[in-house]
Amino acid sequence: MGQADQATAIGTGAHSAAPVLEVVGISKSFGPIHALTDVSLTVNPGEVIGLVGDNGAGKSTLVNIIAGALRPSSGRLRMAGREVRFASALEARMAGIETVYQDLALALDLPIWANIFLGRERVRPGFLGRFGLLDKRGMRRRAEEELGRTAIRVGSVRTPCRALSGGQRQAVAVSRGLIWGSRLLLMDEPTAALGVAQQAKVGELIASVRARGIPVILVSHNMPQVHALCDRIVVLFRGRKVADRAARTMTIEDIVALITGALTTTAGEPA
Amino acid sequence: MSPPFERSEAPGAAGRPEAEAFAAAPPTRHLVAFLSRASTLWTLLILLALVILFGIASPGFFSRANWLATSQFAVEYLLLGLGETFVIITGGIDLSVGAILGFSGMVGALVMRALITVHAGTTAEIAAGIAAALATGSFVGWFNGQAITRLQLTPFVVTLGMLSMCTGGIYLLNDGENIGSIPDFVGTLGSYAIGGWLPVTVLVTALACVGSAILLSETRFGLRTYAIGSNPLGAARAGIAVENHLVKVYTLSGFLSAVAGLMVMARFASASVQAGANDELDAITAVVIGGASLFGGRGTILGTVIGSFVITVMVTGLILMGVQPFWQQVAVGAILIFAVAIDQLRNRLIDAA
Repeated sequence: MGQADQATAIGTGAHSAAPVLEVVGISKSFGPIHALTDVSLTVNPGEVIGLVGDNGAGKSTLVNIIAGALRPSSGRLRMAGREVRFASALEARMAGIETVYQDLALALDLPIWANIFLGRERVRPGFLGRFGLLDKRGMRRRAEEELGRTAIRVGSVRTPCRALSGGQRQAVAVSRGLIWGSRLLLMDEPTAALGVAQQAKVGELIASVRARGIPVILVSHNMPQVHALCDRIVVLFRGRKVADRAARTMTIEDIVALITGALTTTAGEPA
Repeated sequence: MSPPFERSEAPGAAGRPEAEAFAAAPPTRHLVAFLSRASTLWTLLILLALVILFGIASPGFFSRANWLATSQFAVEYLLLGLGETFVIITGGIDLSVGAILGFSGMVGALVMRALITVHAGTTAEIAAGIAAALATGSFVGWFNGQAITRLQLTPFVVTLGMLSMCTGGIYLLNDGENIGSIPDFVGTLGSYAIGGWLPVTVLVTALACVGSAILLSETRFGLRTYAIGSNPLGAARAGIAVENHLVKVYTLSGFLSAVAGLMVMARFASASVQAGANDELDAITAVVIGGASLFGGRGTILGTVIGSFVITVMVTGLILMGVQPFWQQVAVGAILIFAVAIDQLRNRLIDAA
């Protein structure tokens, strides 16, 4: 199936369901600096959205607001039609917004299963659980199950993460988010530190997340990758959204022109 | 691809060797796994070699007397090493364990002496002394943790300061005099060996080892201890209250130091102003020999137990062989440097894998 066909198929399905996330007229100022001005964005189930822009265009600010790490100066966030306010990144996570950071935030000395359950460890039922005794077997089994649903093979879940490749580490970080039934995945520069082969692996990983109907917002500087992986591309320029279009309607040159401000159209139908 | 993005792509990471290493990682996974486990193995081999060597060199080595001496001697390093293991796994260090040992032992002895009516003492007086010692050690450890997390000071500085304060405190508490007038029963218990082979202090220490091993490898607390040492920011992002956890770890180290203080007091039936002096170096050495990384994230209780025995077997072995006692310190120091060198070599191999 071609990229365009896939995007169409998923787009068609998306219209029947409520948007997972709506960003409505978000602005954010840091003192006199307007980092974001009136940005709106709709995220539908199973969509991969590429969020691009030059350094300082407001990508990080927008992602941090969605992830709960920053509070907007004005504007609203809605999830499945209901307004949400996040006081912290933890609250956003509880609401189902999982962020995979560029550095992945993995404890490299710990095995895969421990990283997936870190902070939300399962304890044994009853008396032993009250002393915090871990249900290792249950966590290993569940971790294997979850990793089996990603496109990347990691081998035994007892392997320390230090021994994993870049793509495999991404798979662990993503599984950590998805195992809790997350509804939206934010990925910040997932391939920045990776070689070409591993970048392709991450592409497969993102496709497998989309196949489960979970939308992904992908922040990346890698234009060919954004263009190939994303259904829709949102371009920020100096804190404003200057484009929000289906990836197949744009060339890489178009995207670059929008990012650099050479092309200043807000035209383009919503995807 | 267009030129503007080649510049901004993969900032700072593109050309770094580890980026290539990621791609090459899978075939070397076994090497990494092996290196992670190898430390415990080679320490065990060194311990066995020492035992065989001393067994041949000095006829008295495999005697009951030497077992009792060695095992009771190991109690001090083991108990301090247990807490130190948790601390070092978080990436910190606790230099105050020896001083806390002496200080809390002195507090416990003072309380017992103050309450004593008949020299034999009663259970209540002994219990009050034990409670006072444990509370003192835990409080000092808690204070270490608070200073490290609240004031954002390095563990090295805080615990070095605490080492000095507690050492001064030991002398201030009783005008620099030892306290020998503690209930007789404490001393009796401290020198009693069950069945002639298992000293009570060794039994208590063994239980503490088992408890610590379970805590570290089987519980949420232990898992989070590793996670914090491995990646503090990642642990915080995973929702772990890193600072609270660190306070608990230093409190545990203080508590176990106080247990060590009680064991030493019981064994010698007195609280000495010299108790615990310089012990922190042996405790840290034991933990590092046991395979813990001073950079955090790695270490086991089993390793620390083996490491403690390497030190104690060497000390008692050298004594039996009639070697000048000062050589023991030289040997322990050499082992420390050797163990850290091995740790760093291993880290480099793992990173290059």
